[in-house]
Amino acid sequence: MSEETTKPTLLEVQDLKVYFPIKTGILQRVTDYVRAVDGVSFKVKKGTTVGLVGESGSGKTTCGRAISRLVEPTSGQVFYEGREISGLSSNEFFEYRKKIQIIFQDPFNSLNPRMSVYSIIAEPLSIHFPSWTKEQKRERVSVLLAQVGLSPDHANRYPHQFSGGQRQRIGIARALAVEPDFIICDEPVSALDVSVQAQIVNLLQDLQESLGLTYLFIAHDLAVVEHISDDVLVMTEGKVVEQATAGEIYRNPQHPYTQKLLAAVPSL
Amino acid sequence: MSDLLSVSDLRITFKSGQESTEAVKGINFKIQEGKTVAIVGESGSGKSVSCLALARLLPPPSVCGVSGDINFQGKEVLKMDRAELRKLRGRGIAYIFQEPSASLNPVFTVGYQIAEAIKLHASNKNDPRGRGVELLEMVGIRDAAKRYDAYPHEMSGGMQQRVMIAMALACEPKLLIADEPTTALDVTIQAQIIELLKSLRERLGMTILLITHNFGIVKGFADEVMVMYRGQIVERGPVDTVISDPQHPYTKALIGCIPRLGVKQRRLVTIDTAMLEAAENAAPQEQNG
Repeated sequence: MSEETTKPTLLEVQDLKVYFPIKTGILQRVTDYVRAVDGVSFKVKKGTTVGLVGESGSGKTTCGRAISRLVEPTSGQVFYEGREISGLSSNEFFEYRKKIQIIFQDPFNSLNPRMSVYSIIAEPLSIHFPSWTKEQKRERVSVLLAQVGLSPDHANRYPHQFSGGQRQRIGIARALAVEPDFIICDEPVSALDVSVQAQIVNLLQDLQESLGLTYLFIAHDLAVVEHISDDVLVMTEGKVVEQATAGEIYRNPQHPYTQKLLAAVPSL
Repeated sequence: MSDLLSVSDLRITFKSGQESTEAVKGINFKIQEGKTVAIVGESGSGKSVSCLALARLLPPPSVCGVSGDINFQGKEVLKMDRAELRKLRGRGIAYIFQEPSASLNPVFTVGYQIAEAIKLHASNKNDPRGRGVELLEMVGIRDAAKRYDAYPHEMSGGMQQRVMIAMALACEPKLLIADEPTTALDVTIQAQIIELLKSLRERLGMTILLITHNFGIVKGFADEVMVMYRGQIVERGPVDTVISDPQHPYTKALIGCIPRLGVKQRRLVTIDTAMLEAAENAAPQEQNG
């Protein structure tokens, strides 16, 4: 525990809000807002995993997207290594795109079917390291493929030639390509079979250990979140209703919503 | 109790060009009336195609060959003509599928779609609207008379699945096949749908065949479980026995890799090639209560 508390904070979110306008009538006047994320605050310590659980519509994915600026936050601050990154223009934010990466839920839709595995993984390299030669990129892609448990020969194949678990490995390799510190895993195992899910969860844990990664692990499966996370946040209707260590939240859930969620999990 | 359904040596082969793949390699099982049987397996194990074959819902023989015997209430399903099949589907066997939003037609009201099932299959075709509202009430939709005229997009995933169940029950089927009925739903909604199926089963004395990849749902819901792996049933037995004391290497591996709440493991067990080889060579296991 003492080790955990001494780790420096990598990411801090303060009162983050994301509102989507509801427009009605022919003038498309804004009549109301969907409060997808409504005042969320939390900290993620370096090298740890924070789990974010909630049901569909709870705002957990939007929260992850707002941190990585795939959607613009309406208000609130995000600090990365103590520096505020929420107010930055998209040019200034560019260097943080290298540090914050995302792994998406559906490995069938998040990989371009017309691109080879090499082009998929090398694309972020071409953007963030424009000076690299083709050989350097080839080399790096081979290393990445080996890191996620695929063979370097797979680089010339296309996504449809892979199973769901292998595709998720390609997605992970793409996220790792630019050597990020912080990875937002948005339901990375929800679309996979249990045996494959176990392999991917183990891979993520191994990578965290060897590369010192920090994760925000978004999922609706409490058992998976409890397994992988150090701390857990429970979200519903855009708000974090409970926040505790993974063990604590299971042993002693405080909020009625958390209790309801735990009770609904079919157990063996 | 008598057997409602008995399947012997069911084989399903998909053909594409010169190649053919045997998706189901000769499975045998029986379902007694009033029982709930679950088939558990991972994607590609052949669980869904086996169940589609029971009411001949698979593509035509030029693409998909089915052989073996499927005996439903004393009749050979594979030898039925179109009229007999029509009677079988709906009143004999009804289905609920995984993705309710994909199974409902978006341009018709849910009431229209339930009434369609009543008009085609039900024994009492008078007043389809009244019967439809009654069914919606039975599956726990509040304000059923109003919701009857709602379109699928006006409902949540859980409500859509309730509508699918109402539609399946419209024809009072002897056997309800639920193919991953809760996979697309949140855990709390999943719990509600399972509760609903339990109460309907009690009230109507239905026989249910549940297809799932989630052992958690099987426990507490099904009487018997069959584990499918690569087109074969590798283990079967009473649910509690199979879960607490699996005999086949694949079942052991499959149960082992499920993360459990409150049990802190450093690493999850995965299925490696050695395990798969063991599973490949092991004989099917049959457990008795």
